[in-house]
Amino acid sequence: MIIAVASGKGGTGKTTVATNLALVLSWEREIQFLDCDVEEPNAHLFLKPALESAEPVPIPVPQVDLERCTYCGICADVCAFNAIMVGQETVLVFEPLCHGCGGCAYFCPEKAIKEIDRPIGVIERGDAGEISFVHGKLNPGEALSPPLISAVKKTINPAALTIIDASPGASCPVVEAIRGSDYCLLVTEPTPFGLNDLTIAVELLKKLHLPGGVVINRSLGGEGEASIEEYCRREGVPILLKMPWDRELASLYARGEAAVEHLPAWRRLFTGLADRILEEKKEDR
Amino acid sequence: MEEIVVISGKGGTGKTTLTASFAVLAGGDAVLADADVDAANLSLLLTPQELESHPFIASDIAVLDRDRCTECGLCRELCRFDAISEDYRIDPLSCEGCSVCSRACPEKAINMEEVLSGHWFLSQTPYGKLVHARLGIAEENSGRLVTLVRNEARELAKEEKKRFLLTDGPPGIGCPVIASLSGATRALIVTEPTVSGIHDLKRVLLVCRQFEVPAAVCINRCDLDEDNTQKIEAFCAAESIEVVAKIPFYREITEALVKATPVVNHTRGPAAEDIARLWSNISGNSSS
Repeated sequence: MIIAVASGKGGTGKTTVATNLALVLSWEREIQFLDCDVEEPNAHLFLKPALESAEPVPIPVPQVDLERCTYCGICADVCAFNAIMVGQETVLVFEPLCHGCGGCAYFCPEKAIKEIDRPIGVIERGDAGEISFVHGKLNPGEALSPPLISAVKKTINPAALTIIDASPGASCPVVEAIRGSDYCLLVTEPTPFGLNDLTIAVELLKKLHLPGGVVINRSLGGEGEASIEEYCRREGVPILLKMPWDRELASLYARGEAAVEHLPAWRRLFTGLADRILEEKKEDR
Repeated sequence: MEEIVVISGKGGTGKTTLTASFAVLAGGDAVLADADVDAANLSLLLTPQELESHPFIASDIAVLDRDRCTECGLCRELCRFDAISEDYRIDPLSCEGCSVCSRACPEKAINMEEVLSGHWFLSQTPYGKLVHARLGIAEENSGRLVTLVRNEARELAKEEKKRFLLTDGPPGIGCPVIASLSGATRALIVTEPTVSGIHDLKRVLLVCRQFEVPAAVCINRCDLDEDNTQKIEAFCAAESIEVVAKIPFYREITEALVKATPVVNHTRGPAAEDIARLWSNISGNSSS
């Protein structure tokens, strides 16, 4: 079973929810944690895994053999990403634009293009207590995160319950992170931004046909929250947990500590959340 | 023209809150751009009147004609994105639009069709014109849409002879962030004194360096954790990055957000004074 944690808006508490949920679940079952926010992975700061290995993740990019090249320009014509340009006696490859589709090499009539690996980031793994931890780290300056996210997801262990921490937004990196999961938590906050971005995230779940539920963070009651509740009722999306605004939680977060390891009240809240999710999935514990 | 881009690495540190106040403080001498096209929020604070709406078509997607398809398997073999299933259905979410399948198909059974990836808008706000966008749900090409938004905003700023192009950037360090930074004269990185804030600040700063955009740092909610605030200051000093503001947690900032109004319009108290000082610091205005 795979549970993903996403949110339209950044900074609503995805990583807090994902890490604390993983910890309470790990007391009773085999848990794997994948941090798929490869642009800014933070879960390791809270789960503190002993990271063992860093495997580079490459994408294939073209290398042109100018001895064979006749400058016919077919490769540039084929490339949908403008990553290759052919001049009179030069071929320029703009590696950061290349998506690794292999079109240029396949269609080159002279077989003058071979593909070489270009690293875009790394995967690191290690154990965090009972949790088996994996994250991807995009190299700063790289634009394309989906191939790295996809590589992180290839490590999924079907025997375990896998928790995926996604990046903010609703475009390709989030799609890559949450697709194929069995359930998706959407973390929001009771502000106009929170509501606006929650609607985007709910649309995304519908488009991917993913079941999901909402966690409201920094809950204080009041108007902002009523409009989120109203929205969720209308959309038929359950609100699984309201996390009260708590100065102690914020300062534990600031220091990289997981709430469930320090505050019994939060342990109860997250155990309740885990139960609600498993109940929603009608899975026996 | 000064092109100031507000970014953060980590989401939710206060980019949009600050940018909205800067928009007010620029006193009409700015064009505004919202480059967080995934989850655009600046317009929620600036009461825009939409002037123009344009479709954004950036990519093609492969569509298979089942009548022509002989299921030879070549497309499935060539597709690097696993977008074609065993029963020859193309998953539009996986299709990268590379057109390799379409070109290679011996039966010409695959066509590339344009996709509407989103919309971009030109709006009038009380503080100047705003260029913003909405990327379609689950769409690609956010980087290209950001580039389009910024180019439109830049042309407008030139045309209207404005002194500032103010951009509210996206979180992260990937393609939309890189697209936001291109051509910028200054990046303001908004961080917070948490382990995540620090970690993400360091990564986004590397991106600024790589694209040669000078950066300054604002520590938001600096009183949340004094130790971490000191760590950020020490890091910035070692990296020769100026910390242009430390803004403590103010209830008024949350109130303004809940009321969907820029902080400097909501209060004249210390929160507004801190933000005004930050603006004069990064905009080079010594007045105020």
